[in-house]
Formats: sequence, structure tokens, C-alpha cells
Amino acid sequence: MTSTSLFLPVALPLLGALLVTALPRKMPILGALAALATSGSGLWVTTQTWLHGDLGLVLGGWGLPLGIGLAADGLSAALLAMSSLVGLGTSVYAIGYFAGSERCTHFWPLWFLLWASLNGVFLAADLFNLYVMLELLGLSAAALGALTGTREALAANLRYLLVGLLGSITYLLGVALLYTGYGTLDIGLLGARIQPTPLAATALVLMVAGLALKAALFPMHFWLPPAHANAPAPVSAALSALVVKTAFYLILRLWLDLFPPALTNAAAAFVLGTLGAGAVLWGSWRALRAERLKLLAAYSTVAQIGYLFLFFPLLQATPAGAARDDLIAACVLMAMTHSFAKAGFFLAAGLVQQKAGHDRIDELGGAAQSMPATTFSIALAGSALIGLPPSGSFIAKWVMMRGAFETGQWWWLIIIGAGTLLAAAYIFRVLSRAFGLEPTPQCFVTDARAEIPALLLALASVVLLGLAAGPIWSLLGFEGVQA
Amino acid sequence: MNAAFLYGSAGILLFALGLWSFLVHEPLLRKLIGFNIMGSGVFHLFIAVAHNGDGAAPDPVPHALVLTGIVVAVSATALALALNSRLEAAAAKASDAEAGSRGAPERAPSSAHHLRWPSQ
Repeated sequence: MTSTSLFLPVALPLLGALLVTALPRKMPILGALAALATSGSGLWVTTQTWLHGDLGLVLGGWGLPLGIGLAADGLSAALLAMSSLVGLGTSVYAIGYFAGSERCTHFWPLWFLLWASLNGVFLAADLFNLYVMLELLGLSAAALGALTGTREALAANLRYLLVGLLGSITYLLGVALLYTGYGTLDIGLLGARIQPTPLAATALVLMVAGLALKAALFPMHFWLPPAHANAPAPVSAALSALVVKTAFYLILRLWLDLFPPALTNAAAAFVLGTLGAGAVLWGSWRALRAERLKLLAAYSTVAQIGYLFLFFPLLQATPAGAARDDLIAACVLMAMTHSFAKAGFFLAAGLVQQKAGHDRIDELGGAAQSMPATTFSIALAGSALIGLPPSGSFIAKWVMMRGAFETGQWWWLIIIGAGTLLAAAYIFRVLSRAFGLEPTPQCFVTDARAEIPALLLALASVVLLGLAAGPIWSLLGFEGVQA
Repeated sequence: MNAAFLYGSAGILLFALGLWSFLVHEPLLRKLIGFNIMGSGVFHLFIAVAHNGDGAAPDPVPHALVLTGIVVAVSATALALALNSRLEAAAAKASDAEAGSRGAPERAPSSAHHLRWPSQ
């Protein structure tokens, strides 16, 4: 039951998608049950990885290379836990959000396809299955994003689809080159065989470029803000919190486990770090200037993805050991914190938008004030986006800045400082509107089913990942943080 | 070896041509054809790798990958075309409403036929 349970986080949402399509009348109940089962299986796999170490499974009774291999190590397990919890919160919110709407029948099947492919990316053990999962993810994400049916949403998501296709076909060319050179696609086998040849270098460039396009790394982020800002709120939350993380996860995986250190050298790391720095500054600046709440959140995602890429030059310059382990764990912590915080932020923004009928920041005062729990969620998620203590991103930024000091790369400190100040400015710009002169209602929670998921997700980013970040280190198999 | 090398190089050339067409041309249909040519280029490369010399049985793994890849490319193309036809319908509706409010009989030219990349 330990290793065989690996297929459940992919199979259960697929089954859920089939059931909600076959029995549309029972949709919200079936959807909730399938979401619970998917989330439970993801957390089960995380617990098993925690208890027994790395897991592996080859499906269908075929041996490698024909069989489909699944594998879970600490990194996959941590991100699987993230997709399980954020996915559950988003599903509960979606029940209320789409209640009595035509779009409900389209949302649930696509959402479970998206969830299956997310978990599939985190668990796949070979490069080609990763490609299939990435494509499935791109197709379901673009279809979900276009659910509102407005002209802006359709145009933005058609562009998102095309950009995603370009990214994944470029990745696939890199995969084909690696197969030409080394005759295997299994990440473990390939990592042992690969040599720093021009062929492998070309494959690295193609794969990372394709994935960076899908991760919306500056300056390839242009497709993200309109696509994420025009989607329905639960979809925006899933896209911003989870979908862009899969491409980043793959780049990190290739960097750490596949390509030899002679290829993942200082120059390559510096390029990624510089693009990340550009993303932090440009994304934060555009978020500060955004007129709509959801556009602000989308540009903030561009900036937060940038922080994740700042880890590459630090990782490259740090020799293997406790300091490098801290950096890897901090990178995972940063990705997870952003995921919870941004999901909470988008869900809360969706409630404000429903209440006010629009999401123009300058005119939100009254609507935000009449929903104290939602405003509190935005404030909590905002503090995690800024990196205020005790949120998870505070610890991650702390470790990142220490790494920058220790490796003598002081220039990244300026970027982190400037990005944090800009983030504080755009978050407080939103919050300052919520304290107007209008009467505040007596009750804290006005609509429990809709407000609680957003609140819990935001709370997790601050409390769960901030005060209890230690388990991430042990899940990844490292000693403790040495701050 | 020589035939496989020629076939593989042709694949990379096709990928480059498709990429050029994808990036340079505005209309969606040309972008999609470009994307499919890029895909064919990658499939060429996989089939060239599968060749194990004349008379020998080819490696089955790349063949399986190409079949899967074709299915993915067809679905992606279909979804892009479906989204575009929705977009054109939404654009036509919007320009009809606009024309109706102005009282002008002719329809404004739809911009949806030429999907534009954002100008930021």
C-alpha cells in the first residue's frame, strides 16, 4: 500500500472528472467528494514519503522504459501537499462560487483534469510523461481560464494556450535531443549517464527556455496578467498558486537532479538570477500601478516567481552541505508560501468583486469593510507576500539574504530589499481603502462557506508555513535550519 | 547512420521553420500551422533516433512517444480553434451592439481574426 498508493493522486481526480461529467445533476456533491478523496490521497502520499523515504512505482506491469514510472521524493511530496491543500480550499470555495450557474457543469470536469495533471507533474519520473502532463495542464488551464466567456478572457486564454504550446514543444525538442544522446528518458538513469557535451547543453537551454516561458519568467511574463486577472476567482487562484509552480518545479528538478554541475554553471545561474531580479522589480512596480485588484494579484505573481529564480545563483555558488540544503528548503518554502497566500488572496478578491460588482481598487472601500473576514484574509495573505514575520516567506527571504552574504553576491540583497518595499507599498495601498468611514458590521464572518477557505489558506501561509516550517526540512531529508 | 542523420537534421530544420512562422505571423491559423510543423520536426527527430540500421527492428519507445505526441498536438490545435471561434462570436456580438447603438448599418471590422500579441 505504500508505493502502490502513488497512482491515487493522479487516478482519483481523473475518476472525479469522469463522474461529474456522467452525472451532472449530482455535480456539487460528487465534486466535493472527489476533491476530498484527491486531497486525502495527496496527503497520504506525502505522509508515506515522510515515513518511508523515496517511493517509486511502474504502472501497468510493463517494465521501464515502456511502463509509466511514478516517483515521490521530498521535493515532490512537499509540492503534492501544497496542491492537495490549496486544491481542497479552492474546491470548497468553488461550490459556493458557481452555485446555480451554468458554468458549474464546465468547471468541475476541467478542474479535476487540471488537478490530475498537476499531481502528475509532481509525481512523473520520466521526461516524456512530464511533457504529456504539462500539455494536459496547459489545455485544461486555458479552457478553465476562458470560462467567463468574455472577449478579454477568451483572447487572453487563447494567447495563454499558444504560449504554453510553444513552451512545451521547445521542452520536447530538448527531450528528443537527450534521448538521441543517452537513450533513456528516466530522470534517475539519465542523471547518471549524462555528460557535459554540447548536445546536453543545447537540451538544457531548450528545456529551461520552454519551461521559463510557461513559468512566466520576466520578460516572458506578458501572457500571465491578462489570463489570470480575467479568469473566475477559483480558477485565478489555481492558476496563480499552482499551475505556474509546476514549470518552476521542473526547472528546479532538472537543475538539481539531471544536468551535471559543469552545465548548471555560474553563467547559466546568473542569467536565471538576473531575469528573476527583473521579474521582482517589474512585477512589483506594475502591481503598484494596477487599477484592478485581480490585476494587482497577477502582477504580484510575476514578482514572486522572480524571487524563486534568485535562488539559482545562490545555489550554484554554495558548496554541497548544510548551507545549500537550507537554500533548497527555503526555495520550496517560498514557493509553498506564495501558493497558499496567493490562493487566499485571489479567493478573497473574488468575494470583494462579487460584493462590489467590480474590482477597481480605488472604489472598493465600502465592499471590503462590510466583509471583515475577507479583508482580514487579504491582509494576512498580503503580509506573506511582503515577507513579514512570522510568514513562511520571511524565513525564506532570511535564508536567501544570508546565502547572498555568504557567497558575496551582495547585489541580490538590493533586489530583495527593493522588491519587499514595493510589495509593502502595493499591499498597503489595497488595505488603506478598507478603513473608511462606513459602519462596520457586527459579525466577523458574513458568508462562512465562501470566506472560510480564503481565510484558512491565508492563515496557512502565515502560521502553518511560518511558525512550523521545520517539517519541510525533514521532509526534504535535511538537518534543521541553521539561522 | 547517414540516413538517420539526414532525417534528424531535416527535423531540426522543420522545427526552426515552424518556430519562425509561429513567431512572425499574426493570424491564428498560420501560428497553428507553424506549431504543427514544429511538432512534426520533433517527431522526425524521434523517428530518426528509432532507426537501428537497415534490417534491424527499430526502437519502439520513440514510436510510442510520437503517437502520443500526435494525439496531444491534435487536441491542442482543436482547443485553439474552438477558443478562436468563440472569440470571433464574442467580437461579432460586441461590434453588432456597437453598430446598433450608433445606428450604422455596416459591421465594424473584427479584430479577432488577427490575434495580437500584447504591446507591453
